[in-house]
Amino acid sequence: MTIVHTVQSTAIRVAVKGDLDLKTADPLREALDKLTDRYRDKNLVLDLSEVDFVDSSGLGVILGRYRRLAPQSRTISLCGVRPSVKAVFELAGIDSIINVTDYVRGRSETAAPQ
Amino acid sequence: MNRVQLRFLSVADNVGLARVAVAALAGQANFSLHDIEEIKVAVSEAVSNSVIHGYPGRDDGWVELDLELDPTGISIVVEDWGVGIADVAQAREPAYSQDPERMGLGFVFMESFMHGFDVESTLGKGTRVHMRRFVTLSGELSRDAQ
Repeated sequence: MTIVHTVQSTAIRVAVKGDLDLKTADPLREALDKLTDRYRDKNLVLDLSEVDFVDSSGLGVILGRYRRLAPQSRTISLCGVRPSVKAVFELAGIDSIINVTDYVRGRSETAAPQ
Repeated sequence: MNRVQLRFLSVADNVGLARVAVAALAGQANFSLHDIEEIKVAVSEAVSNSVIHGYPGRDDGWVELDLELDPTGISIVVEDWGVGIADVAQAREPAYSQDPERMGLGFVFMESFMHGFDVESTLGKGTRVHMRRFVTLSGELSRDAQ
């Protein structure tokens, strides 16, 4: 797993590449907490267009960040969500509390900040 | 018909290895890519449970994956010889997990994504998860016709 972050006016955008599972959950959690602690006035956007696989360990990291940011009136949103990953989010009902945007073929989700 | 048995140590890296193995074998049958993605999630959950809960704090426990492909589908057994589960019925409830970030969704995913699922566990002896997924023919006929 690799992650690349860009800091925008209102959000930290983090592009993740790789599978989100037991192996990558801890490093991802640490990296995201470090970023959200460093930029305390910004929301978090996770770009998952290069993520083909998420299981409950990966989902736990996402929900954990939601729980951490919500009391500070900060949001987490997911973009570039691939169909294979969406089934897991839907089953867990994550889309009812977190804004989820689907992957669009051919559009680079990792574009430079507007 | 095909059968694969894989034995590996209880380390997090092997969760991905188990997924690759099951995806490769399921690819030999008429499963759609969508089916294979769901099977991968179920296997990932079962193997993760063995690694985290079967052998807590240990990376030297054995986990065995036994995959059997037949004309109707795939049968998957994930077994460990770890600490076991005290109350299987309770463990299968959503949000059972003691770790606030894990939410106990593993069993929910296994049950939802597979067509048959059962758990046998004995404290101090280990846990055996058996799952089955049937090949569904909808959509496959058109693929064969191409």
